[in-house]
Amino acid sequence: MTPIIAELAYWQETVLRGLVGLVAVLLPTGALVYMFLFKMMSFMQSRLGPMEAGPYGQLQLLAEFGKFLQKEDIFPSKADRFVFAAAPFVVLVSTFLLVLVLPGGPDAHFVDLNTGIYFAMAVSSVSVIGIMMAGWGSNSKYSLLGGIRAAGQLIAYELPLVLSVVGVVIMAGTLNLKGIVLAQSDFGIWFIIPQFLGFLIFLVSIQAELTQPPFDMPVAESELVTGYMTEYSGIRFLLFFIGEFATAAVFSAIGATLFLGGWTIPFVDGSSEIMNWIGPLVLAVKMVLIAFLIFWFRMTYPRFREDQLQRLAWKFLIPLSLLNIVITAIFKVVF
Amino acid sequence: MSTETTTEVDINDIDEVDQLRYVAARAADARVNIELETEGMTLNIGPQHPATHGTLRIVARLDGERVIQAEPIMGYMHRGYEKLTEVRTYPQVTTLINRIDWVGSFANEVPFILASEELMGVEAPPRAQYIRTALFEMGRIANIMLFLGDMPVQLGGVTPLFYAMRDREFVLNQIESATGGRFHPNFNRIGGVKDDLPAGWIKETKSAMQRVRDFCDEMDDLVTGNEIFQSRCRGVGIIPADVGKAYGLSGANLRGSGVDWDLRRDQPSPLAWKDLDWKVWTHPDGDSFSRFWVRLQEVRESSLMVDQILDGLPAGPIMAKVPRIIKVPAGESYVQTENPLGVMGYYVISKGELTPFRVKIRTASFSNMSITPWLLEGVYVPDIATILASLYFILGDIDR
Amino acid sequence: MSTTEDVATEQEEEVETDAVREAIAGAFAEHLGDGLLDQHIVPGRDLTIRVDAGSWVSAARFARDRLGMTWFDFVAGIDWLPSPFGREMEAEQDWVVHGRDEQETEEMSTGVAGGDSRFQAFMRLHSTEEHIGVTIKTDLANDAPAIDTLIAVYPGANWHERELSEMFGVDVVGHPDLRALYLPTDFEGNPLRKDFPLVARRVKPWPGIVDVEGMPEEEEAADESAEAAPATGDSTQGASTEGASTEGASTEGASTEGVSTEGASTEGESAEGESAE
Repeated sequence: MTPIIAELAYWQETVLRGLVGLVAVLLPTGALVYMFLFKMMSFMQSRLGPMEAGPYGQLQLLAEFGKFLQKEDIFPSKADRFVFAAAPFVVLVSTFLLVLVLPGGPDAHFVDLNTGIYFAMAVSSVSVIGIMMAGWGSNSKYSLLGGIRAAGQLIAYELPLVLSVVGVVIMAGTLNLKGIVLAQSDFGIWFIIPQFLGFLIFLVSIQAELTQPPFDMPVAESELVTGYMTEYSGIRFLLFFIGEFATAAVFSAIGATLFLGGWTIPFVDGSSEIMNWIGPLVLAVKMVLIAFLIFWFRMTYPRFREDQLQRLAWKFLIPLSLLNIVITAIFKVVF
Repeated sequence: MSTETTTEVDINDIDEVDQLRYVAARAADARVNIELETEGMTLNIGPQHPATHGTLRIVARLDGERVIQAEPIMGYMHRGYEKLTEVRTYPQVTTLINRIDWVGSFANEVPFILASEELMGVEAPPRAQYIRTALFEMGRIANIMLFLGDMPVQLGGVTPLFYAMRDREFVLNQIESATGGRFHPNFNRIGGVKDDLPAGWIKETKSAMQRVRDFCDEMDDLVTGNEIFQSRCRGVGIIPADVGKAYGLSGANLRGSGVDWDLRRDQPSPLAWKDLDWKVWTHPDGDSFSRFWVRLQEVRESSLMVDQILDGLPAGPIMAKVPRIIKVPAGESYVQTENPLGVMGYYVISKGELTPFRVKIRTASFSNMSITPWLLEGVYVPDIATILASLYFILGDIDR
Repeated sequence: MSTTEDVATEQEEEVETDAVREAIAGAFAEHLGDGLLDQHIVPGRDLTIRVDAGSWVSAARFARDRLGMTWFDFVAGIDWLPSPFGREMEAEQDWVVHGRDEQETEEMSTGVAGGDSRFQAFMRLHSTEEHIGVTIKTDLANDAPAIDTLIAVYPGANWHERELSEMFGVDVVGHPDLRALYLPTDFEGNPLRKDFPLVARRVKPWPGIVDVEGMPEEEEAADESAEAAPATGDSTQGASTEGASTEGASTEGASTEGVSTEGASTEGESAEGESAE
């Protein structure tokens, strides 16, 4: 891999990175949408899901893409046009920025930041701005309610998310995502086992960050019709949709990196050359595993009310994650 | 809704374009009057909205996430039933009133038929009464299974709805095979029922009832035991028993507040309930969860009742001797029954004609909904969906 | 409740008495004095009383406080005027086929428990513990019908009174918010009054018997029974255009439809133990 990359000119390298980045975001998104939203949800609800487009409905996403392309681009009459139009892009930007730091192998990464996970947490908050822009720019009370609820919820759940990751960082001794993965293979044990509490808090937090049920107050379908996305149609709605599932994919991948050993598989040296090719596949499998958990919760549970949601974050998850940090630190020092 | 403008214009005096302008101006006035209120935000829930089962509009004045005042505005589905019944012959009225509560539809016909039979002095034979009771209870099961699936959807859990729909199909198939219609059987006649039951129906219905019971157990696991569901529903929308009675609440809404009253047991009726061994479920709390829980138990109980009815089905004719042309003698009669949504009653005034003189239709959901302005004060916006879902109304029942 | 003997077969000679309802009527009479104008008891079934306008609210309050009738059923109105549009059930076809009967102008008559005016309001209250209810009627003035609000006694009367006022044009005195309930704001007229035409029938008269041709088995049976049974003039066989039903109340052995066994015969008791299987 490295010899090939070194021979390319900078612009060629950039284009290659851009394309690979696009694929890295969109391909898992498509896979997740098909596997979990179309098929798993349908099977859980004792129905079949899309079966017409392609064998077992595999081309349904393509059909949906074509459908959305054809739709009229509606602007609500008194909407703030720039804010309304820019909102989906802001949300997508945060997803693509997140993908930058994901390591797919010892050298298969876009950027190797020393503060990898810190950057990831910071950048994931950018989507809040996008959601609020959507809520405000739609000039609709439903969207506004959805946007405000989202702001409260996403900010509240940032903290448990970050704190749950701190435990992993303490154990690995580095903020660098590659270092965290290699630390897991050095320890010989994936961090999910010593950091099980942290893993659970992480799972709950990303469920909330993705505004999936049971934390989907911003998009409470039976009250707000789709919350901040109500006034969007056609391609703009598709962008939000892609953003939602792409973020799910990326967060699952981050979870896999932090807790499930990233690209490493047991009994194989983590930093060997071959992992550059197998690594991304391994990471994809682990990502699907975590995404499965996310969507399984989504299909089963009703949603929390806003105040119950906030109470869960502030009064329950944050103290728990602080406890986790303290215990991890004690163990790290003592052992 | 709209405050009166100062000048009254007679709309027939002006020409088309101006008429349209006039109407638009009035409508704009109405909107402005609502939207310019600076205290809190006014949110219009409906008439097209996923939370309202049908075209119901709720105007809610909010302060952040709290409701200051909420008020339902209905009439989008008003079909003028009471006026229409005055020009229908008695057998024709049943086709109309089927559609009042269109989900548990067999139950709508029964009180009217009983009132007419009482005025005529006709009594349907026992077999017909048993068949009526069986279909009545199956209508109840179909109706409330819809509720059991729909309430979690209002709260965000989308999966139980599909199980409810799937298992409800078996009950609807049975109703269809006996009466020819899934939703609008129109099977009652004055003096009995239209037809006898088809061969094999009893066995199939019993297996359908077993499925219903399995479904209820599944709901217990999936929904009532779910902590999120409980935290969303417990303590939300508490209706004290005396307030409920003063508003005329009925059915599971009142039984969920601890009032032990069920017309099937407490009112003498020619239908077969007095011969069955069953139990009335109540719950003392009076919140949304208790209403859900009571209805779940009622479905289970109904399925057991249907089994008993089919076991004890008497032989005999299904129709009493009635003249060919039904002329109900003059008089007034009021019959109420315990319908799936609550207490439904028909006050039939007859002058000895072919058609009724006046029929006052007392529907359950109308009274059930009348408590919402009182109930929705001070709750959170998500609780509006919870409370409306737990009161369980059908638009046709409210609007008639 | 003295119901058990009432629900059973009637005994011709005995005059049935319903002690409970008589007692209730007596209590009303005692409380209202001259306010109670009339009463009507159907033994074992129902009690209707008629009060004058001034006693409307106090009767309700008495029922709620002393008689335990805390459950509010409904409030509604009646317009006793016979419809000036006739029965609206005749169509040209019917006259041609069955002959036309005289259009008598009816006298206005009121129902049980009497009444002198065209409009009446009636309410129904029920006791969920004693399982007994009462219908209370009152006359309303012919020109400007008005009634007092019951909201102070039963808050649930709010919507019922709004409907009463919009459908019959009754003014409910003391109601905090007498807007239209069902009808659009601009609607003119009071639909449930008898002189308010049912527009559908004005626009298009009743089509009469639509299903001229019945099912094959029906035709045969109808032919037979038309010879056998005494013809009773026009046969409104409930051939409704709403769709669902075929024959209405016809029972003269014309039940050869469907998959039923012979249990559907109606010539009295066919006690041969036929089951539906």
